[in-house]
Amino acid sequence: MKYAYFPGCSLKSSGRAFEESMLKLFAHLEIELEELDDWNCCGATAYMSVDETSAAALAARNLALAEKMALPLAVPCAGCYGVLRKSAHLQKDYPAIQKQVKDGLTAIGLSYTGAQEIKHPLQILAQDLGPKAMRSKVKKPLKGLKVACYYGCKLVRPEAPFDNQHDPQTMETLLKGVGARVVDFPMKTACCGGSLTGTIPDVGLELSWAILHDAHRREADVIATACPLCQFNLECYQEDIQEKHPDLKPIPVVYFTQLMGIAMGLSPEDMALHRQVVPLTPILQEKGILDSGAAKKSPPRQEHDA
Amino acid sequence: MSLNPESNGKEEVRIGFFVCHCGTNIAGMIDVEEVAKYVATLPNVVVSKDYKYMCSDAGQDLIVQDIKEHRLNRIVVAACSPLLHERTFRTATMRGGINPFFCHMVNIREHGSWVHSEKASATEKAKAVARGAIGRVKFHKPLEKRKEPVEPAVMVLGGGIAGIQAALTVANSGKRVYLVERDATIGGHMAYFDKTFPTLDCAACILTPKMSEVGAHPNITLWTYSDVEQITGYVGNYKVRVKHRPRYIIEKDCVGCLDCIDHCVFKNGNTDDEFNQGLSKRKPVYIPFPQAVPKIVAIDPNACDFLAKGKCDQTCIPSCDKNAIDFTQKETFDDIKVGAIIVATGFKTFDAKRKPLYGYGKHQNVYTALEVERLVTSSGPTEGHVVLRDGRTPKSVGIVHCVGSRDHQTNRWCSRVCCMYSLKLAHLIKEHTNAEIYNFYIDMRCPGKGYEEFYERLLEEGNHFIRGRVAEVTDAAQTKDEEGKLVIRVEDTLAGFARRIPVDMVVLATGLEPREDANDVRRMFNISCSTEGFFLERHPKLAPVSTTTDGLFLAGACQGPKDIPDTVAQAGAAAAEAMALMDAGFVEMEPMTSEVDELRCSGCKTCLNMCPYSAIGRDDAKGVAVINPVLCKGCGVCVAACPSGAITQNLFEDQEIFAEIKEILAHA
Repeated sequence: MKYAYFPGCSLKSSGRAFEESMLKLFAHLEIELEELDDWNCCGATAYMSVDETSAAALAARNLALAEKMALPLAVPCAGCYGVLRKSAHLQKDYPAIQKQVKDGLTAIGLSYTGAQEIKHPLQILAQDLGPKAMRSKVKKPLKGLKVACYYGCKLVRPEAPFDNQHDPQTMETLLKGVGARVVDFPMKTACCGGSLTGTIPDVGLELSWAILHDAHRREADVIATACPLCQFNLECYQEDIQEKHPDLKPIPVVYFTQLMGIAMGLSPEDMALHRQVVPLTPILQEKGILDSGAAKKSPPRQEHDA
Repeated sequence: MSLNPESNGKEEVRIGFFVCHCGTNIAGMIDVEEVAKYVATLPNVVVSKDYKYMCSDAGQDLIVQDIKEHRLNRIVVAACSPLLHERTFRTATMRGGINPFFCHMVNIREHGSWVHSEKASATEKAKAVARGAIGRVKFHKPLEKRKEPVEPAVMVLGGGIAGIQAALTVANSGKRVYLVERDATIGGHMAYFDKTFPTLDCAACILTPKMSEVGAHPNITLWTYSDVEQITGYVGNYKVRVKHRPRYIIEKDCVGCLDCIDHCVFKNGNTDDEFNQGLSKRKPVYIPFPQAVPKIVAIDPNACDFLAKGKCDQTCIPSCDKNAIDFTQKETFDDIKVGAIIVATGFKTFDAKRKPLYGYGKHQNVYTALEVERLVTSSGPTEGHVVLRDGRTPKSVGIVHCVGSRDHQTNRWCSRVCCMYSLKLAHLIKEHTNAEIYNFYIDMRCPGKGYEEFYERLLEEGNHFIRGRVAEVTDAAQTKDEEGKLVIRVEDTLAGFARRIPVDMVVLATGLEPREDANDVRRMFNISCSTEGFFLERHPKLAPVSTTTDGLFLAGACQGPKDIPDTVAQAGAAAAEAMALMDAGFVEMEPMTSEVDELRCSGCKTCLNMCPYSAIGRDDAKGVAVINPVLCKGCGVCVAACPSGAITQNLFEDQEIFAEIKEILAHA
């Protein structure tokens, strides 16, 4: 199994834990990822709102690069995943946009036909690889670990080809497959606040709080996510949120790939657990999933790394 | 022998052409005077006139007069669709003294003025199609409509309030009625209801007398637990095979004492009671509800130990004084002949699980409206106490409107009854519990007699109405007040902000949709359907209970969502249509049927399987196909299919069609 891989900016910066854990996990599962050569910014939501055609073209360059490799494209960042799929959709169903994008791509010697699928790692693991292939690889089942699976607003909404847009279950299936307990989590597709945590913190932090609060109510040990912005918002602002909600207890927010890798016996360092702001390792030790020695081996968190 | 001396040149063909203005409907886009002037120049045209309204008495008289005055023997009318007025002009032609099938209509309204926007070319098109008609009409032959007697009996399919009303109306006129119902009792959805809006009269009190009347009526043969297996024939002469599923009870012997239920090996119910929407359990031997008609028990083969597993003490058998229990029963069949059929198969309610955000099936205190109907009924599972599944009485209730209605993700149509039944349930729940009631609506649709007044009454009773489609029903509490409750998230579009309203109980006002097997019924009876799957009436305004199949009528919600008053009115209309058919005593059959030229037919049987009406047989002695003119609908499929060109269809003979095409293309 081989995919072209579009990391996007987050996975190279604030979301490094996602990239590091995913690359290690996929290698372990013998899924090959080949990073696009000379990929560019997906444009994110901002550009799509300002100029749809230009945004579609910007994203289409990445799609065209993947098509040149004749491989389906793996896109882990929920934002990039949404934008790239939207570009493909605009090109497919809106002839005027398609023509302009095509002209643009032709000018730089590229072309895009829509022949290659755009896939999220959740879909690759759950559907392309399948739970059967993973079962035998589970070395440290996440027994007793209660996980709230959080997808965020971008991954399956307004629609995604691999799951229901209101009550997605892919992450639950994967994590249950490696022994975790998943809690019922109706906030799983609620908005984390997005960039509002930075621009209008009063509003943005409140949205993040609602998700963290419900995870606590349901006694989750950890929130698993698949989106770097969600991970950042939910984990890094917990102290700010506590100013208004002093009752809020810290809860680690990790990428689903990190949990899966741990369950497959990969090391906490490989799964980038040292990058957590709210540490997960003590919880895993408490549950007996990691032995106490494992934590000592992990390097200290590097303050300026993220 | 030629039926057509005129076209043989023995008599001169004299054509009258009449073009209609239809007010400005046609004349606004087509220069009708120009068309009349042009047609006057065509060969064989003796008279060519335009007139404001050809369908008016004066317009028709014009045709009658001109036939007599100018010895016309062919008529062409350029006007609206033949669906509307072909009969009018054929009748006028006949009044003029010539065979009605010498008249031909050209549609220059629906196919002309209404669909074009450029006058000159629309006029040219009208001239071309008129020229085609002038070309073909000279080959028309005189045809006769055949008359067939009508069987004075009606089958009503479905025993809800629509079927009950239709059956009683027909039966009271002295005709025989066969009422075929799938379930163990008649009554349909109405039997579930406690009260009816807007008058709040007791549903059972008005329904059960009608049910008993059906059961006792000398002119009604009531078959429950029965399905239509097969249907053949045509208007006036339908042959229907009805299948009776075994209920393992000898119907004529059961007196409805219900002793067998007490003596069933199951002390308590072991299967969901459908009548209570699964809110209670029933035994395998059961009667749906105390007033069921017929008052006969049935044994559910899936729940009965003996029928499902072959092992049971069968304590029910000795408990029956009448020896009416018979586990050896098999399916039986009845073949009946009826003149007309009324389809009243009803609806099903929207499956609330299709809206996962509303939490039905996930949160136990989310109910469907039909479940709440059973909760408020004194004969229901809680004897009329509105209590939650954990026994608590709700202090606050949210009623979510338009669940599976007016929704592009599920059903786009308005289900028409939900606003009103939501008001009724709001009133009843408040009456039973004094709870705070919140209605969440998109628009309040209360357009019926006394309906708006009922809405006002509910407003005055202190119910809350919040305008906005509910986004979500969740147990993700954010405050202490919300803990343990269901939170309804909604944008209040009047107040202009998003709200979270915690309640103890949520009622989903589920919409109406076609039954799961509506398509099977439709195919069996040859009924069309609209895009949403409800059965299609022949005309939405002027033939609302007829279908495109003659002698087949629609009543009730199988045709579209409707409330009880509308259903009863429609059922009466369907009954009247069926009675009119029977009182006429005969039906006229359209003569545009197909015929086989025996000399050219090679007997290859190609046409036999093509005929959608099973109208073609084979005369094995002669080795040729034979078309039954009574069954033939004149679709023309066999004509096109015949490799030897041995089949011709009246009014669509080759020479007629080719002449028409040739003339239309003459100046193209």
